[in-house]
Amino acid sequence: MDDLYRAISDPTRRAILDELVERDGQTLFELCGRLTMKHGIGSSRQAISQHLEVLESAGLVIAKREGRCKFHWFNGEPLRAIAERWPAKR
Amino acid sequence: MRISGCSVMVDDQAKALEFYTKVLGFQTKHNIDLGEHSWITVVSPEDPDGAVVGLEPDVHPAAKTFKAAMVEDGIPFTSFAVDDIEAEHKRLESLGVRFTQPPVDHGTVVTAVLDDTCGNLIQIAQEKGQS
Repeated sequence: MDDLYRAISDPTRRAILDELVERDGQTLFELCGRLTMKHGIGSSRQAISQHLEVLESAGLVIAKREGRCKFHWFNGEPLRAIAERWPAKR
Repeated sequence: MRISGCSVMVDDQAKALEFYTKVLGFQTKHNIDLGEHSWITVVSPEDPDGAVVGLEPDVHPAAKTFKAAMVEDGIPFTSFAVDDIEAEHKRLESLGVRFTQPPVDHGTVVTAVLDDTCGNLIQIAQEKGQS
């Protein structure tokens, strides 16, 4: 669980998730382009790659290879645990 | 000094010439047999005296490693300009071209990324405000 809270504590990582929700299955290149142009996040590809690793270890992003390219997919399943722990209505 | 052209490193020159002419729609400018490989360049039919793209064999040992790393991260190393990216995307997809990024609007430019089947990703870009 700690991985999950740490993963969503960072604004750049939240922006990555926003972009994947908008269009799932992106390469690192596409994600970096969107973060720069839409969010004004000028981090290096290397930095974004490290953010993706954090999101992957929390299970929020799944990286899959198709041919020679690597694509990143959003997985919202781990977030369910948050809503179950602190339900909106009891 | 002017820019006369640049190169893409391809894994198969014959296949590359087929793709860059028949699919992308460029014209052959040079095709000179040099023995094991050829000197091949293509130009845009919209600008036949303009910059050429050389289709160079990726025989250097470092080339394949470099190309694989670029492709893994979805990075296009070469970019071509188009007037209507949506139309090109549709046309190329109907020819079986695989896009790793469909057209994405970046404000002043719309870009898409395609697989050249020779080990490279190519960006196509439409500048906005262009008819």
